[in-house]
Amino acid sequence: MTREQLTEIIFRILKEIAPECDPSELLPEENIREILDIDSYGFLQMLISISEETGVEIPEADYSRVFTLGGLLDYLMLRVY
Amino acid sequence: MGEFRMPSLGADMEAGTLVEWLVKPGERIKRGDVIATVETQKGLFEVENFEEGIMGEPLVRPGEKVPVGTVLAVIHGQGEPLAEVEERAPARPAEEAGTHAGQVAPPLRPPLSTGTERIAASPSARKLAAELGVDLGTVTGSGPHGAIQRIDVEQAAARVTEERPAEKAPAAPTLRDGMRQAIAAAMSRSNREIPHYYLGMEIDMSRALGWLEGENLKRPIRERILPAVLLLKGVARALGTVPELNGYWIDNRLQTSADVHIGFVIALRDGGLITPAIHHVDKLNLQELMAAMGDLIQRTRAGRLRSSEMTDATITVTNLGDLGVETVFGVIYPPQVALVAFGRIMERPWAENGMLGVRRTVTATLAADHRATDGHRGSQFLEALNNCLQNPEQL
Repeated sequence: MTREQLTEIIFRILKEIAPECDPSELLPEENIREILDIDSYGFLQMLISISEETGVEIPEADYSRVFTLGGLLDYLMLRVY
Repeated sequence: MGEFRMPSLGADMEAGTLVEWLVKPGERIKRGDVIATVETQKGLFEVENFEEGIMGEPLVRPGEKVPVGTVLAVIHGQGEPLAEVEERAPARPAEEAGTHAGQVAPPLRPPLSTGTERIAASPSARKLAAELGVDLGTVTGSGPHGAIQRIDVEQAAARVTEERPAEKAPAAPTLRDGMRQAIAAAMSRSNREIPHYYLGMEIDMSRALGWLEGENLKRPIRERILPAVLLLKGVARALGTVPELNGYWIDNRLQTSADVHIGFVIALRDGGLITPAIHHVDKLNLQELMAAMGDLIQRTRAGRLRSSEMTDATITVTNLGDLGVETVFGVIYPPQVALVAFGRIMERPWAENGMLGVRRTVTATLAADHRATDGHRGSQFLEALNNCLQNPEQL
C-alpha cells in the first residue's frame, strides 16, 4: 500500500466520522482530533476502521504517535503490507 | 382502555410532529413496542407504547404537529369487545385533539414557526424546505393524505428558482435553530427554578487508567473500553451510597429512583446536544456499558433514539472529554436533581504520603439541587466516586 492509498483511506474514514469537515485540508503536523473536533469515541471508531482496512491494529500505548496525520501515516507505512 | 400521548422527550420539548404510525388500527401491541415515530427540535425519535392492548384509530395524522400530552391514539384493552373498539375508534378532528392537549401541557413559549404547523410533510422534506427556503404552505403534497415529500419540495424550489432566478431564498429556521431554542428554554428554566450548589474534587485516575490499559491490551480493538465508561460506572456505584442524587424533584419533594438511568450528554457534530439515557448503568458490566454507550452515540447521531431514552434519565453525566477544559460546572436538567461533570484527564503534580509525583487526574464536579440535598451529602457522593475509581477492578 502506498502513502497516497493510505491517505485516501484515512480521509474517507475521517469523512464518515466528521462528515462536515474536509480532511484534505489537514496539515501533516496538525492534531487530527483537535482540528476535526473528534471525541474519544470517534477516535476509537477511526482506529477500528483503519485496522479493518489496513490490518494494522494500533495499541493504546501508541496513540501518542498517531495524533497527527503525518504521524499516523508514518506509523502505518512501517507496518502495512 | 388507555391513551397514547405525545410524549415529553425531555424538559425542553413542548410539541412534536407525528411522522409515521408503525402499527395499524386493530393490531395487538405490547408494552415497549415502538408504535410511532415523532420529530422534535432534536430530531427523529421512536416512540414506545406503555400499555398492553389493541391499537385504536389514530387521532393525529402523520405530519401534524401537536403539543406534548396530546392523545395520539386510543389503546383498547384486550378484554374489551371488538364492537366497542369500533365504536370508540372514529377519528376525531385533529384540532380537537390539539385543544385537549393544550390543557394538559400549556406551552411555556409560543411555537417557533407558526407558518409550517399542521402541514403534513415528511421530516426530510421539511428539512430540505428549510434548507432551500421553500415555504411549505406553498407546496402541494403528493404523498399519502397529501403529505409533502422531498420531491414536492424539490419541484417547488425549482419553480421558485425559475420564477425569481436572481433572488436568493431567505434563510428559514432550521432544525438546529429549533434545538438551540429548546436548549435555551430548558436551561433557563433550570437556572430559574433550581438552586444549584457546586462541589468539585480532583481524582487521581492513574490506578484506574493503568488497570484499563492492561485490560485493553488483552482485548481486540473492537472491544476496547474508553475511560468514560469507568467514570459512568463510578457514578452509578457512588449513587448507591448517596441515592438522593438519583431521581427527580416533582411536586415540591424529592422522588428518588430505584433505577440508575444516566443521561449522557452527546454533542452533535453540527451543533447542539442530546442527552439520552443509558439504562440500568448500575447493573451493566464495563463491556456491556461500553456497548450501550457506543450504540447510544451512534443512534443519537443517526437520529434513531427511542422515546424512553429521552424521558427517563435519573441523573446526567457530562464528560467534555480528553481535549477540553479542566473543570465543568453543569446546569441540572429538570426535573433531575444532579449533574456530574468531568473535565479532561491530564497529568498533574500530585502529593501523596509526603511524596510529590506526576499523576493523571480528572476533576469531577457535582452540580446538585439544594432543595433535594445539602453539600454534606454531595461531598459524600464525590468521596464515594473517588473510592470507586481507586478500585477499578471492582467496577
